[in-house]
Amino acid sequence: MYSIVKRAIFFSLLIGVWELLFRCGIWPEYILPSPLSVCKTLARGFQDQSLLIGVAMSMKRITIGYGISIGMGISLGLLIGRFRIFEETLGSLISGLQTLPTICWLPLSLLWFGLNDRAIIFLVFMGALLPIAIGTDSGVKNVPPLYIRAAKTMGAKKWNLYLAVIIPAALPHIIIGMKQGWSFAWRSLMAGELLIVCLGLGHLLMIGRELNDMSQVIAVMFIIIMIGILVDRLFFMKIERHIRERWGLTKA
Amino acid sequence: MSESVGVDDFIALGHTKGDHVLAASQVNSVTPNLCVQHVYKSFQSKNGSVYVLEDINLEIKQGEFVCLVGPSGCGKTTLMNIVAGLEKADSGVVWANGRRVSCAGPDRVVIFQEAALFPWLNVIKNVEFGLKLKGVGSRERRDIALEYLKMVHLTRFQNAHVHELSGGMKQRVAIARALAMNPEMLLMDEPFSALDAQTRWILHFELQSIWMKTKKTILFVTHNIREAVCLADRILILSTSPGKIKKEFFVDLPRPRDDNDVSVAEYSTKIMKELKVEIDKVIKCEMDADSCVECDIKCTTEVLAKTDIGGGI
Repeated sequence: MYSIVKRAIFFSLLIGVWELLFRCGIWPEYILPSPLSVCKTLARGFQDQSLLIGVAMSMKRITIGYGISIGMGISLGLLIGRFRIFEETLGSLISGLQTLPTICWLPLSLLWFGLNDRAIIFLVFMGALLPIAIGTDSGVKNVPPLYIRAAKTMGAKKWNLYLAVIIPAALPHIIIGMKQGWSFAWRSLMAGELLIVCLGLGHLLMIGRELNDMSQVIAVMFIIIMIGILVDRLFFMKIERHIRERWGLTKA
Repeated sequence: MSESVGVDDFIALGHTKGDHVLAASQVNSVTPNLCVQHVYKSFQSKNGSVYVLEDINLEIKQGEFVCLVGPSGCGKTTLMNIVAGLEKADSGVVWANGRRVSCAGPDRVVIFQEAALFPWLNVIKNVEFGLKLKGVGSRERRDIALEYLKMVHLTRFQNAHVHELSGGMKQRVAIARALAMNPEMLLMDEPFSALDAQTRWILHFELQSIWMKTKKTILFVTHNIREAVCLADRILILSTSPGKIKKEFFVDLPRPRDDNDVSVAEYSTKIMKELKVEIDKVIKCEMDADSCVECDIKCTTEVLAKTDIGGGI
């Protein structure tokens, strides 16, 4: 409760300083808009639904791209973590590709898919795939061998061993990979949308620049930050807390 | 015991043919549940291969409680793993429940030194784990799990998380989980050695009562002779480097036995004398590790720490 008060005071002060700077009139409004005009732009954006459409378009792309990369990333991570042959081949490919910033896939993506949704989804997919695969791999490698031996003596074989033991035991690492993957995917999505005309949040940001409408730029940035925080709080933090309680990691 | 068991010496202690003479004599007519024939196992070390197990032969009958005792590094756990199907022998055959052992299976459930409970499942789900793999329906699964949790007196903790349990409770859950599978045989690999003396004492009682109720065949590995005397019908002494079955003792004491019974202590002392030779060998090896080529992988520093074999006799 106390921390909420402190936080509220801090942000009010921040907005106060901003308003003050605006009133000094040092910069023109297309460089520094007032907090009020940003609020108005936000309200207008929701009224004429342009912001809502932007959010919906962006969420649709990230859901598809991120969804595919969860499936493929976990499968890849399992293969690399469990089989030496895949570790020596795919594993080295993945650690090599990891050094490539995701936006570098854009030219390739444009040539393969054209200027459309699929190019952006591919970018999102590539952004999240590697962190998820690497997280899963390290999770699988950290499964205590005792769990596997115990499960084997109780009759676990092949698929069962993966579904009932290896994946649950690796889950804390998989979640960390997914969390990192999410932030990479979100960044790649915005990068892609900035460069392709597509009605997403990134595109709205770009329209703001083209119209010299700084309040729209800031309003869209605000929305992007809020979505990022919401997903982190509502999804990842809850899962992480649940796992910590389950595994008894809170006491340590 | 027949010649085929390959025992150098045969010593039967305290043959009191009383009312409470037990499993050892009752089960003689039954076919062996476990049969280990000419098992060899070696490991590679920097000085070439070292035999950990050499020509191991043993038979365990249905419903028999056998303890395998030996100093640290004598290959007890390796032998256990081979019986469980978790490791392969270099040569030799293991028959369990009429089938040749080629991999791990739910007819021979292992209870390890650490309970190996799964932290992502609560207590009752842990007990249900094996049943779920077998495809037992959820209602039936829960009933069976509750029955065995009751047997180890942990019904109250059925919904607890694993990390909320003490070491002794975890091991009891592991026992319940193994029993819920209704295996032909329980393989116990020093299950109580990480527990404090008080808890161990209680679990010795519980395990005996469970065994008397369920009549499971149990192969129990320990380095503690008093524990072995307290629990077993028959004790096999493994020698060290290479691991061989050196001696066999029958324990015909009435049950339930108590670690602190005078008779248990007396038996332990007798067996201790036999084992002393082996312990001396390990210690000598430990002190003089450089010149002792054949022991280099076995003589670790924990050997000295574990010379409390015999439970403080």
